[in-house]
Amino acid sequence: MNKKQKKMLARILIAAILMIGFHFLPVKGWFRFGLYLIPYLVIGYDILIKAGKGIRNRQPFDESFLMAIATIGAIIIGITGDGDYTEAIGVMLFYQVGEWFQSYAVGKSRRNISDLMDIRPDYANVERDGKLEQTDPDEVEIGSIIVVQPGEKVPIDGVIVEGSSSLNTSALTGESLPREAAVGDEIISGCINITGLLKIRTTKEFGESTVSKILDLVENASSRKSRSEQFITRFARIYTPAVVYCAIALAVVPPLVQLIALGMTPGWATWIYRALTFLVISCPCALVISIPLSFFAGIGGASNAGVLVKGSNYLETLSQVRYVVFDKTGTLTRGVFEVAAVHHNEMDREKLLEYAALAESASSHPISKSLKRAYGKEPDRSRVTDIKEISGKGVTAKVDGITVAAGNARLMEMLGVDWIDCHQSGTIIHMAIDGRYAGHIVIADIVKPNAREAVQALKKAGIEKTIMLTGDIKKVADQVAAFLGVDEVYSELLPGDKVCKVEELLAKKPEKARLAFVGDGINDAPVLSRADIGIAMGAMGSDAAIEAADIVLMDDDPMKISKAIRISRKCLRIVYENIWFAIGVKVICLVLGALGIANMWLAIFADVGVMIIAVLNAIRALFVKHL
Amino acid sequence: MKKTYKIDVDCANCANKMEQAAKNTAGVKDAVVNFMTLKMNVEFEEGQDAKTVMQEVRKNCKKVEDDCEIFL
Repeated sequence: MNKKQKKMLARILIAAILMIGFHFLPVKGWFRFGLYLIPYLVIGYDILIKAGKGIRNRQPFDESFLMAIATIGAIIIGITGDGDYTEAIGVMLFYQVGEWFQSYAVGKSRRNISDLMDIRPDYANVERDGKLEQTDPDEVEIGSIIVVQPGEKVPIDGVIVEGSSSLNTSALTGESLPREAAVGDEIISGCINITGLLKIRTTKEFGESTVSKILDLVENASSRKSRSEQFITRFARIYTPAVVYCAIALAVVPPLVQLIALGMTPGWATWIYRALTFLVISCPCALVISIPLSFFAGIGGASNAGVLVKGSNYLETLSQVRYVVFDKTGTLTRGVFEVAAVHHNEMDREKLLEYAALAESASSHPISKSLKRAYGKEPDRSRVTDIKEISGKGVTAKVDGITVAAGNARLMEMLGVDWIDCHQSGTIIHMAIDGRYAGHIVIADIVKPNAREAVQALKKAGIEKTIMLTGDIKKVADQVAAFLGVDEVYSELLPGDKVCKVEELLAKKPEKARLAFVGDGINDAPVLSRADIGIAMGAMGSDAAIEAADIVLMDDDPMKISKAIRISRKCLRIVYENIWFAIGVKVICLVLGALGIANMWLAIFADVGVMIIAVLNAIRALFVKHL
Repeated sequence: MKKTYKIDVDCANCANKMEQAAKNTAGVKDAVVNFMTLKMNVEFEEGQDAKTVMQEVRKNCKKVEDDCEIFL
């Protein structure tokens, strides 16, 4: 609680005690009025002042004005009638309780959400003359050496120059598994160092570092308003004056009709009371507060799960996505070529890979790198002699004195070796050892381990169509698509063709369905911005992706796509619940109030109660862990 | 030119009113008030001095919502 809230709480308590106390005093007439005026002014003086200022500034139609009229009206009815002032005080009291609660709840959720996103490092340790000094990360220049002790946050992006450790990246990616880092590795700010001492040479300024960028992005996210929010703003702008005019009409028209047309005595008091009830119900607070709060909580919850949403509007659009278009490489597949299989080998798989890696050891071609990775050790070059590269075919070499040939089918034909074709797509390396066929190694871009589940999860989340775009050849693309279970696949596309294809899909889809494009942010920036929603994957550290996309997944797990969609759906469901609930209850109470069934107390519930419930409901958007 | 200011305001509707008031101030191209983060992003028109414009914005906001503050 801040100072303002404490003061308000004191006023609420004093007014409530006074009101209850006076109830037992047997006083009548003006003295009674004067006595009850004390708690009324204690609880409501600021509202009256505000209402007065509003009228002076020609901005009369606000809540304070409504509350001032309603309560003064109730007091006048009290003076002229039964001498009951508790209603006026009660209304003011409950209004203030509601305001107090709103301020407390919003403040609390604001803090909760900021805590969730609390990845801002407070200091950086810089070594000066052999001593560690804590300095403001803003003041650390590029190329400085900073020290990160176990338990501390990495404040600035850089490269490790000394030490090794595991890093907790959960604040950035939502991923709980620690990541290992050693000398030479790039390291991103915002990670928490768990085990060892690290010395890092910074490669960026603090302002340009990942952590600053992310914070900047998330903090400004709710400034981009969604259509629901804009609707509420417009609604509130029309609604409040409309209700005030209705209330005036309700106070004036029926009594006049009774007086003139029906010749009855006009029930002024009854109708003014109804009009006042009307005014109390009318406050648009529940809507105006709970909708932005829902989005804010939704964005906060999403960023905690490693999904950065750049604006409320994107969260809204994401919830309407029915078509998901993937880029293949780097999104569904790992984007690095690996040994996918070894076929028809008579000798050990390991042995064959060893021969292949050694034979290719002189080459810097990506294929030889994948072979080296599969071999797992640095090939001992002294075991290899007589290396001959045969352009467009492969290599031959002597490994431990044995002739080894590694290359494509044409190499085998040249050497006169019988070879077996492969049913799998990818790059095939046939091996001949000592002049005899020894099997082949398939090198392919490997599908991410959970890509298939990710596509299925999307289907389950109600995505109508999944489409894969790739620059890869048709055979490879079709095979990957069939394995993953995507509905449509377009292959052999140049980067420019992808934009055309997405535009084609956008034109074909039904009006209301939205199309999301998922890419890894590398050379698909134009497509990311062309789709209704651009989702960039694995963006830790890639500025271009953060720039171009509307939604950024912090790691490259494709399961996060469906998670993001579910988060957005939950958030939007809460938003609509609140809109319907608040407007519904208000309309019902307005009707009841006009008919004279609802009294002031129900009116207070319609105002404050609805708001409290809507705020509590909005907070639910924050909880997305188990979606 | 865009600038961000910290603000203090109690209710969401008041924040909306501040936004309107800021938008209608001369020299302001666009303004967005974010109630949740209590920040106001103001985009100024070309050649306007941010300081003098913000004084006006503050005055106009005070007019529509007495209980608000912009930290300049």
